Amino acid sequence: MSKQSLIIILSLVAMISTTSPVFGSGGENLENANINFRDTAAVQRGAKWFVNYCFSCHSASYMRYNRLAEDLGIDKDVVLRDLAFADVRIGDTMDIAMRPKDSEAWLGKTPPDLSVISRSRGNDWLFAYMKSFYQDESGGWNNLMLPNASMPHVLWQLQGIQQPVWSTHDERAVIEHLELASPGLQSPQEYEQTVRDLVTFLDYLGEPSKVKRKNVGIWVMLFLVLFTLVAYALKVEYWRDVH
Amino acid sequence: MAKPASTLAKRADELMNWIDKRLPVTAFWNATMTGYYAPKNFNFWYYMGSLALLVLVMQIFTGIFLTMHYKPSATEAFASVEYIMRDVDWGWLIRYMHTTGASFFFILVYLHMFRSLLYGSHRKPRELLWIFGMLIYVALMAEAFMGYVLPWGQMSYWGAQVIINLFGAIPSVGDALTEWIRGDYFISDATLNRFFALHVIAIPLALLGLVLLHLVALRENGSNNPDGIEIKANKDENGLPKDGIPFHPYYTVKDIFGVGMFLLLFAFVLFFWPEVGGIFLERDNFIPATPLVTPEHIMPVWYFTPYYAILKAVPDKLLGVILMGSSIVVLFFLPWLDRSPVKSIRYKGAWYKVMLALFTIAFIRLGMLGMAEGTPAQTIEMRVWTFVYFSFFILLFFLSPRGKTKPVPDRVTH
Repeated sequence: MSKQSLIIILSLVAMISTTSPVFGSGGENLENANINFRDTAAVQRGAKWFVNYCFSCHSASYMRYNRLAEDLGIDKDVVLRDLAFADVRIGDTMDIAMRPKDSEAWLGKTPPDLSVISRSRGNDWLFAYMKSFYQDESGGWNNLMLPNASMPHVLWQLQGIQQPVWSTHDERAVIEHLELASPGLQSPQEYEQTVRDLVTFLDYLGEPSKVKRKNVGIWVMLFLVLFTLVAYALKVEYWRDVH
Repeated sequence: MAKPASTLAKRADELMNWIDKRLPVTAFWNATMTGYYAPKNFNFWYYMGSLALLVLVMQIFTGIFLTMHYKPSATEAFASVEYIMRDVDWGWLIRYMHTTGASFFFILVYLHMFRSLLYGSHRKPRELLWIFGMLIYVALMAEAFMGYVLPWGQMSYWGAQVIINLFGAIPSVGDALTEWIRGDYFISDATLNRFFALHVIAIPLALLGLVLLHLVALRENGSNNPDGIEIKANKDENGLPKDGIPFHPYYTVKDIFGVGMFLLLFAFVLFFWPEVGGIFLERDNFIPATPLVTPEHIMPVWYFTPYYAILKAVPDKLLGVILMGSSIVVLFFLPWLDRSPVKSIRYKGAWYKVMLALFTIAFIRLGMLGMAEGTPAQTIEMRVWTFVYFSFFILLFFLSPRGKTKPVPDRVTH
């Protein structure tokens, strides 16, 4: 009887959760960024792109240089020389010199701190965002993912310049896709890899303990399987006298 | 070490005697554990109580360690949580235990309450047991709500804004009341600080007291069981219930097995899927709170969404708040709403099974709709399920005295 009711309830839950999807109603079908968070080389490459292209305007204020050195397997001196600004110490957090008030005046909006951007936006969104910059009619930068974003396309030298291809949909002009109008230093495949590396780094930045979490998790699960088996055997042994 | 075992055992007995003359440890143990007889036919649903207790203890312990590093200040709170996640040794584990624990607490409590609906565990003579349980549930909601504000992310801020503003719907005193709760004209450092105080001291103390009362009330009449019959009605020559077995060791070893099964699931979520796709940890809560930017889509955490959906289903704010409040208050009256001569669903007719199934779907579906963006079609669906939710209680009151029942056995089925 209880098994029956359990089955009924579980099938009800399955039924209502498969009919009419409520979740993910954003309507965006983002391409999978397809990153491998265990790929330390990709995180290292991403760190290099991050420091060269993002780190002058975006801080990562919750991240410390020494943690970066430790997790990425880079020598502390190398981190200080290649990844950090002058006059920082290895225990400092990754702050920038630009003051929020100045950046707001210069750029229209203070560039957000990127420490946990991968956790609020998601990797797929970031992947799409960095591939969706285009030059609009005014000659300025725009982005499909974040229309009228105040961020310029800082990676344009690598990617080149994309321009929109328009089409009419329900009597409204919509951007069908972006076209590479003038190529950059990297081929489209190389640029995609660059963006993927960058997202891999941002994913790491969002949760530096992720690798450790999953590694520890496997051992915890194995222990719990053993514990549960022993507990079950104990229960069976005691319950032999019942009835 | 050199003493023979028998002497050691004698010494231990003497020590226990010494203590028992001053504090009734053995008597207490006998009365509540070895001498406490529980029905032998407990099933899956009877694990939830002990597991909820386990999670409560875990929340308290992880909470203590979190307070060692967390800063209850509007300028530092968000950063201090990230500090815990990155710079505190095993801080990520402690924090994830706490966040995962919060959601699992509600999963367990919902299943625990559902068990009552199945087997009539709230019926006479366990009405007070149920009411203490309901008070625990309400305290838990307050505890979870205030805890969710502490990371000071966008959802902390705007979720609190929405929930506190509900009190503003109360005529004449509403605005003054919201101001009194916030301690400011808007949600601010003052609000965060007092919520911290309530979250770490006031409500946990109340919770512990209520849990104690819940357990004392449970021990008074003993547990119900899936057959919904009183095992004390059938005693052997020693005055012990024939269908009862000592809680210790039988249910302690069984519950340890339950703990293992539960922790497997718990650890899986904690270590491999702590955000649960934005349901346990919402994405927008990784953006520091700012009063200047309203998130596109504000929603409370999943365990509040059924009630949130009921609120949203009603076009009028005050009416919505009243209906939402009633959806929780009505649960307190369950012991008197169910007037069926039998307790367990096993001996109730199809009428109850259909009603309970519909009620369950309504609750889950409302929970899902409460997370959704709220299209007009969804609003209509919310109204339908809100109607189903309340119909359950009304129909229960009128149908239960005359609804079909099956004969109840004298002894439990095992």
